[in-house]
Formats: sequence, C-alpha cells, structure tokens
Amino acid sequence: MSSSTANHGVTGNAIEVRNLTVDYGTRRILTDIDLDIPSGKVSVIMGGSGTGKSTLLRCILGLKQPTAGSIHVLGTDITKASTRQLYQLRKQTGVAFQGGALFSSMTVGENIQLALREHTELDENTIQIMTRIKLDMVNMLHAEHMMPSELSGGMTKRAALARAIVMDPKLLFFDEPSAGLDPSTSAELDELILMLRDSLKMTIVVVTHELESAFKIADRISIMGKGTILATDTPEGIRTSSNPEVQGLLHRKPRTSVLDTEAHLKALMGVRS
Amino acid sequence: MSKFNIQLVTGIFVALGIAAFTYAAVNIGGVSFREQPSYTLKARFTSISGLRTGAVVEAAGVRIGTVSNIEFDPETYEAVVSLRINQNVPVQEDAIAAIRTQGIIGEKYVKLTPGGFDELLEDGDEILETESAVSLEELVSKYIFGGGSSSQ
Amino acid sequence: MIKALETLGATVLESLEMIGRTFNLLLVTVWEMLQPPYRFYPIVRQMYFIGARSISLIVISGVTIGMVLGLQFYYILERFGSTDLLGSGVALGVIRELGPVMTALMVVGRAGSAITAELGIMRTTNQIDALECMAISPDKFLVGPKVIAGILSVPLLTHIFDFVALFGGYFVGVVMFSVPEGSYMNGMVDAVQWVDVRLGLVKSLIFGLLVTLICAAQGYYMHLTKAGSQGAEGVSFVTTNAVVLSSISVLFADFLIGALLQ
Repeated sequence: MSSSTANHGVTGNAIEVRNLTVDYGTRRILTDIDLDIPSGKVSVIMGGSGTGKSTLLRCILGLKQPTAGSIHVLGTDITKASTRQLYQLRKQTGVAFQGGALFSSMTVGENIQLALREHTELDENTIQIMTRIKLDMVNMLHAEHMMPSELSGGMTKRAALARAIVMDPKLLFFDEPSAGLDPSTSAELDELILMLRDSLKMTIVVVTHELESAFKIADRISIMGKGTILATDTPEGIRTSSNPEVQGLLHRKPRTSVLDTEAHLKALMGVRS
Repeated sequence: MSKFNIQLVTGIFVALGIAAFTYAAVNIGGVSFREQPSYTLKARFTSISGLRTGAVVEAAGVRIGTVSNIEFDPETYEAVVSLRINQNVPVQEDAIAAIRTQGIIGEKYVKLTPGGFDELLEDGDEILETESAVSLEELVSKYIFGGGSSSQ
Repeated sequence: MIKALETLGATVLESLEMIGRTFNLLLVTVWEMLQPPYRFYPIVRQMYFIGARSISLIVISGVTIGMVLGLQFYYILERFGSTDLLGSGVALGVIRELGPVMTALMVVGRAGSAITAELGIMRTTNQIDALECMAISPDKFLVGPKVIAGILSVPLLTHIFDFVALFGGYFVGVVMFSVPEGSYMNGMVDAVQWVDVRLGLVKSLIFGLLVTLICAAQGYYMHLTKAGSQGAEGVSFVTTNAVVLSSISVLFADFLIGALLQ
C-alpha cells in the first residue's frame, strides 16, 4: 500500500479508478471504466438516468463490490481493503445522498452531531458549537431542532450537506444536489459547493444530470453513457468536444419520434403507418 | 419523551419483570436462595416409577426435604435415590422410606415413617427399609388375574 | 410440471439464503457489539420500546388468558371431581407453555413488525448506507441494541405475563367458582418445580433472540430481495413476511425446546 500512497502523492489524484466492471446478475452495468478525480477540485460526473453513474458512486463509496477492477481512494484500494481500513477511510469522507438520507428518528442537530459523538471524544459544549458552525455554513441555523420530516427538499439537501462536512472531510461526495429543486435553491447549493472547495480545500465529487449547474461548478466534467465514460475534460473542453454522443447530451437532442407529432400520436393510438 | 423519562419507565419495567420472575421462582418454583441447612441420605428401591428429582419428601404429611438425585445401580438393578433432608429433622436407623402417590393419578413423593431406634442416620448414610412404588397397572392385574403370579 | 419444480427450487433457495443471511447478521452483530466503545443508552431506549411499552398489552392478554384457562380447566376437572388440580393445571400451562409463547407472539406483533418497518424504511431511503459512509457500523448502531433489548425484554415480559395469568386463573377458580384458596395455591406450588420455571425462562430468552433477529434481518436485508426495489410496498411486504416467519419460528422453537429440555 505504501507504493500506492506514493503514487497518489505524485499524480495528485484523490481517486483513481482502473478497469472497473460491474455486473448485476447477468446485466453489465459498468464496462471497463477508468477515472481520475484530482485533489482539491470539483469533479462532476454527468449522465442521463440509467447510465450507471449511481452504481459508479456506490462502488467508489465502497457500498458495492465491483466484479473487476481497482479503486484507489486517498491511496487505499477499497476493493481489497478490510472493514477497518474502509472505516478509517470513511472518517475522511463525507457523503450527501440524493434523498438526504437523514435519520428520521433524530432532529437535524442530532443528525449532524452523530459522527462527532461516535468518532471523537469532544465534550458536549464543543459538539454543540461545531454543530451550529456547520448549520450556519449551510444557512440552516434555525432548523437545528426540527425533524427531517418537517424539512423542504432544499433544506433536506442542505442539512445532508452539513452532516457530510461535520468531520471536515478531505473528500466530499454529493449525489444529485439540484434534483427536484427550484433554480434559486439549486444555485444556492452550487455556491455552497464552490465555497467548500475554496475555503476548506476539499476534493468534491458531484454526480448530477443537470447541465447548467454542472458547468457552473465543475473544474472537470466526466460524461457517462451506457456504462462507460465518454469523455473527461474541463468544462470548456467538453463544450467543444467532437464526440457526437457528448454533443447529443449537451444539446438535449430529443428522440426524433417526439418531434414528429403526427407519427408519435399515431404510434400512441396504435395505428400502424 | 425525554431521556430521563425513558430511563425511569424502563427501570420500572425491569423491576416489575424481575419481581415477577422472583415470585415465580421462589414462591411457586420452590427455589430458596438461602440454602436451608440439610443432609443427604440414600435409599434403594426396586422400582421408583414416576418419581423425579425435585419431588417432595414428607413425614406425617409435612414437607421435610426433596429428592436431590436419582441413579441406577447396574449391579443390583436398583434405583439409588438421594434424599436431601432438612438438618433439624432426625431420621432413625430403622426409618422406612416409601414411594407414594398423591391421590390416584397425582405426583409421586417419598414418605418417611420414623423408626423406634435411638441411633440416628448421618449425612451419606443409607435408609435400609424401603417400599417401592406401587404401580396402578400391577395392582389392577393382581386384582384381575389373582395373586399376580407370572405363571398365569 | 418443470415450471412448478423450478418455482419450488427457487423458493427453497431463497429461504436458505434468508436463513444464511439471518445467521450472518447474528454473527456480525455479536462481533460488532464486542468492539468498544460500549454504549448502553441505545439498549435502554430499545428496552423501553420493546419492553416497557408492551406492558399494558401483556397485562391485558395475560389476565384474559389466565381467566380462559381457569374456566376451561375448571369445566373439565369438575367432571372428574378433581377441581383441586385447577391451580396445578393453570400454573403448569402458563409457566411452561403459554407465558413464553403468547408473550413472544405479542412482541412480534407490537415491536417486531415495527423493527422490520423501521429498518426497511432506513434501507430504502439510504439511511443505512449513510451510516456506513459515516464509518458507523449499522450492525452495532441499529441491530445490536434491538437484539440485546429483545433478549432482555421478552423474559421480563414473560414473567409479568405469567404473574397476571396466574392471577387471572386464581380469580376464576377461587373467586368465581369458590375452589378452596389453599388447594389452589398449594396445587400451584406442588406442581411447579424449578425446572418448569427454568424451562419458561430458557424459552423466553431464545424467543427474544429469535423474534428480534428475524424481524431485524427482514428489514435490514430488504434490498437483497425482490421487495428491495418496491419502496413502500416492499416495506409492507417484508413486514408481513417478518411477522409470519418469526411467529412460525417461535412455535417451532417452542416444540423443539420442549422436546430437548423436557
């Protein structure tokens, strides 16, 4: 492992995915994926639904064991790591899940404190103060004593983000930060992500299908399509990419049948042309 | 509900449960935590059918001890029963141990009838006079076939 | 025909998988609970939920069952003129069989189903994944306290049930049908030995483990079954499953313990 740690120092990549292949039963979800996530940058993994981006994220988080390939996170190969090593690594990573995944039996404040209580020996007072600092960062100070069921969609995501960063992780994962949010709330979250990168020097991985927010926050964008990564580049590079599938995604080229209204209606009504 | 209340209510629950268990064990199950001083006597029976450990030892209808162990002696084909007798109950050398049944289908117990000797038995001694269990089936067959001789 | 055999095979395999997973959950949880730090408040919390909150249900069902038992035994024994045995009958029946079994079934219905639903919802909404990602073992944090609380609470509840059921039988026998109090109480004391009380205790300990473990496993491993992708409907499916499975296991274990421990 010492060699891979050295390697991590040289390349400056927080995560290195090599030849990752994942099968669900007989169905192949991910095929031979290579991906580098540079340290201290915001990397966006973008793709439509069903392209396997959630599966890729679950593999990187160690929640799913891949069929083949290796994933080095902060120098440790998590496909071969022991539970103890994995837990050691997870203390340095924060994850904000798509639906928030806040513990429904605890208040927002208790949700945020949980990791501190489990992993540190801090006294009650310090824990309270740190909780409020994180809540203040995501502009949620007023919601400390609310239950997760009382929160709106945007508040849930901000609370999840506060919980993810409570241990000041080196690595932050954010699954679909803007899904189901109105544009202004979504923009607020984008600001927050950039602030975390700049002020706390975190390496941030965002998985999303929202073009606008992806281009706003990303230092690098990886575009996924059907279980593979089509392209990885700077936002500018992606915009000018010559790959037709990438361009298709960028310009939201709809299926032709929807454009041909008459044929589409006929198809819906079961009339054969 | 606050942390304090949950702890209080759970504490009451545990106390109730333990009280109920103690009642079942001590008042009904007959367990005594303060082991009553006692001594053990042995008695041999040709048949103890239905007697089990924990059964009562009575004298004059009063409980004076329990059956603590039952073993089989392969040489004599007899049952060796250990009786734990309360320390304050003396048992004479010629006392009689008999296996009896409470009612017609009830529990088996050991009945001690005092003897007339002055010599008392001590811990580990054996009661020589015994009467084995009388089984209902044997009684019935005796009555029907008369005399109970096996040649019948 | 082949189709039917295939279905049978798949069902058997699936059940075996579930048994394996449940057993695995037990081993992992025991291992994780042995790792420091040790926390007791979560166990108290679960005992409050599984045990303390079930007292009223246990008392009501205990008294009722004791009364029913007293009534039925009285009618039968009256025919033979041996109502003296009423105390023995009620006490043995309650302490050896009905107490542990009925209590376990009540706990399945009240707390077991809730355990499955809670863990199932936590699984579908990624809360269990979130725990993993926070480097908090869900076995230790979620499953362990529930199982330990079950093993502790069910015997306590069982003896509360026993006590009130004996009271119910006493009420019917002595108060309603004027069986002599002395013969009722002495019958009880003479018939019940420590081995009977111990049998009831062993049964209730095992039932406590079985109920909480099976119910927890059904919710916890929900994502590995067909129900995993069905959201709320899946949760209701595994909850029903958990109630059925744990009830059957209790009854089967009751027979097995009775046969082995005499």
